[in-house]
Amino acid sequence: MFKRHLLAAALACALPTSALAVTDADLAALRAEFDRKLKDIQAAYEDRLKEMETRLVKQSGESPETAQAVPRPGNTGAAVASANPELSLILQGVYAQRKAGERRPTGFLQDAGIGAPARGFSLGDSELILAASIDPSFRGQATVVLADDAVVVEEAWFQTSSLDHGLTLKGGRFISGIGYQNEQHPHAWDFTDNNLMYQTLFGEHLVQDGLQLKWLAPTDTFVELGVEIGRGGAFPGASADKNGAGSWAAFGHVGGDVGESNAWRAGLSYLGARPRDRESPLIDISGIDTNNLFSGKAKIWIADLVWKWAPEGNPRARNFKFQAEYFQRDEDGDLACDDADPLVPSLCTGGSTDAYRGKQSGWYAQGIYQFMPHWRVGLRYDRLNNDSLDYGVNNANLARTGYHPNKWSLMADYSPSEYSRFRLQLARDHAMQGNPDDSQIGLQYIYSLGAHGAHKF
Amino acid sequence: MLKRIIVIASFALLSHGAQAGLNILACEPEWASLTQELAGDLVRVTSATTARQDPHHIEARPSLIARARNADLLVCTGADLEIGWLPLLQRESGNARIQPGRAGFFEAAAFVRLLEQSGRADRAQGDVHAGGNPHLQADPRNLLKVGGALAQRLAQLDPANAAVYAARNQDFQKRMSAAIARWEKEAAGLRGVPVVVHHKSWSYLADWLGLKVVADLEPKVGIEPSVSSLSALLERLKTQPARMILRTAYQSPKPSEWLAERAGIAALELPYSVGGSPAAKDLFGVFDETVAKLKGGLK
Ligand SMILES: [Zn+2]
Repeated sequence: MFKRHLLAAALACALPTSALAVTDADLAALRAEFDRKLKDIQAAYEDRLKEMETRLVKQSGESPETAQAVPRPGNTGAAVASANPELSLILQGVYAQRKAGERRPTGFLQDAGIGAPARGFSLGDSELILAASIDPSFRGQATVVLADDAVVVEEAWFQTSSLDHGLTLKGGRFISGIGYQNEQHPHAWDFTDNNLMYQTLFGEHLVQDGLQLKWLAPTDTFVELGVEIGRGGAFPGASADKNGAGSWAAFGHVGGDVGESNAWRAGLSYLGARPRDRESPLIDISGIDTNNLFSGKAKIWIADLVWKWAPEGNPRARNFKFQAEYFQRDEDGDLACDDADPLVPSLCTGGSTDAYRGKQSGWYAQGIYQFMPHWRVGLRYDRLNNDSLDYGVNNANLARTGYHPNKWSLMADYSPSEYSRFRLQLARDHAMQGNPDDSQIGLQYIYSLGAHGAHKF
Repeated sequence: MLKRIIVIASFALLSHGAQAGLNILACEPEWASLTQELAGDLVRVTSATTARQDPHHIEARPSLIARARNADLLVCTGADLEIGWLPLLQRESGNARIQPGRAGFFEAAAFVRLLEQSGRADRAQGDVHAGGNPHLQADPRNLLKVGGALAQRLAQLDPANAAVYAARNQDFQKRMSAAIARWEKEAAGLRGVPVVVHHKSWSYLADWLGLKVVADLEPKVGIEPSVSSLSALLERLKTQPARMILRTAYQSPKPSEWLAERAGIAALELPYSVGGSPAAKDLFGVFDETVAKLKGGLK
């Protein structure tokens, strides 16, 4: 090594005096040849050294397996791959042009925490993600969302890596494995906003505080089964101060390839929760906001399908992704209706509680086509159905319409690299009866910094 | 009837068990082929990707997760080549044998000297492989080293057949060494020949045969060339000419052909891995064709 520096120095010194005679190309060639020879010598030495090591090991009676299983020193390749811990930061921002006000799907009990979508310029969620193997048996990850006056722990979980037999146990706060879109982080969404189905069912997505056990069948076809028990504190559950579990989920996924260019996954999921005093806004017959507390049973079924096409299995230049999900929600219990604002009395003034039974369903379907490197276009249709609503005595107060909330979204995005994306989205939002929003425009950027982990299928 | 079903089912299970050697999933076809050389019919080996697929950009498809679930051994390149999908396969597989640090996870990059180890991963420079260039199978001398280490690993996982792996390895080393000597002789005229490459896929090949890489079609590592970057390159080739442009079977032919036509030089699609061309049926076929095509490019 020292010798090499010396020679390089000598060459450098020699350069000015012989500059007239020696061209850059000559020097480069000389340098290349020198490097090559040096490498050959190094390689020869290293090989001889290895041979001697092996012989030594054999003499000392150790098994040669352990001797040669030792990787070559000096390679950092493997080490960088698993930089520990992997840290990444997601930066997002949106510009939205739309009419003011709420866009609540009419007739659907929804998380009261969902406010009116922002207009004008706004900063999206900045996500800080930290992930690493804890030891040979566990992996951990935390996702923290940084907002203006809050730091929200979106995920904080451990996962086993050595249970074997296809089993994986996850615990802590994690994004539930139900459905398909549920496990996608907002920065991996194909549109600037969530579809109506997930927004209505879970707000953003279902996050569990609890345990998840998954089992992958030992078959050539992908077959995965999972169960979850959780606190059930988040919609469609509601903060339950009690022992035991507040929500249960089960899901099954199957998947495979069709030829070299097509891959698919389909699934069926179930979620059960027992919310107590879960808060949701609804409007009364005269169009005034009411506040509603639901206590009872909530059951949700989800069927999902995703189909991806990439010519010869190379998604980089062109690819197409079709995704659709269908749900049924069945809620049975008591609903306590009251004024949302004491200064604006509604038909529920003074409080009115009775049995509530709601059977609702809905679906969305979307297609995303990357027609050339960096450029994609996508179309999505959302639809919700009020199949049957019975508010008991509150039928006299709350609007029971046959309205079917729906929404069309069209997007185009450009990704200069894997780590940056810019998106334009146009939408016709008919989620709320009587307040059709014919032209929503959204502009969005998404950047990911650092060790950005791979995305799931 | 039920009895008959049980008999058939148990027979199916037993016969499956009887012929079941190691179940091996190779990340790329070159490692599937190398495993086949070392283990023959003793193991079942499949490749997660084909030579027509870009190993940097593969989706962690359900089918791949299912295959990882059942694998006793993963044979991969390492050095971040599969960073976008392999960790997901390992994590989702529920298979403890193939986790990092276990004997069931073999990374070829750990056993050869990697070129271009910058240690820096500034993405302003593109999508760099900071730990070193992972496209190491393009130098057949690396196959000797990886083959030796892989034979040891097979013996470790399947001690009953250790002698077979050792013998087959010896045979492979002999045949490959002889072939390397032959290829080097045939390719002697390529030493110092200036070439343009598409991605750093050919650094090891250039290092082995003494080709002189004067330019890369990618303006920055991992960034696809654009018309403006190609035009700038065309300008540069006027003062620093090259004889040919090299690309893999999985890369788009458009950029190299665009440039080749305007610069009046040859654009060559080399097999890069097993299955990258009809003649590249095994590792020997890959280099037979690579050397032949390179020599053809000189004419
Ligand atoms: Zn590369």
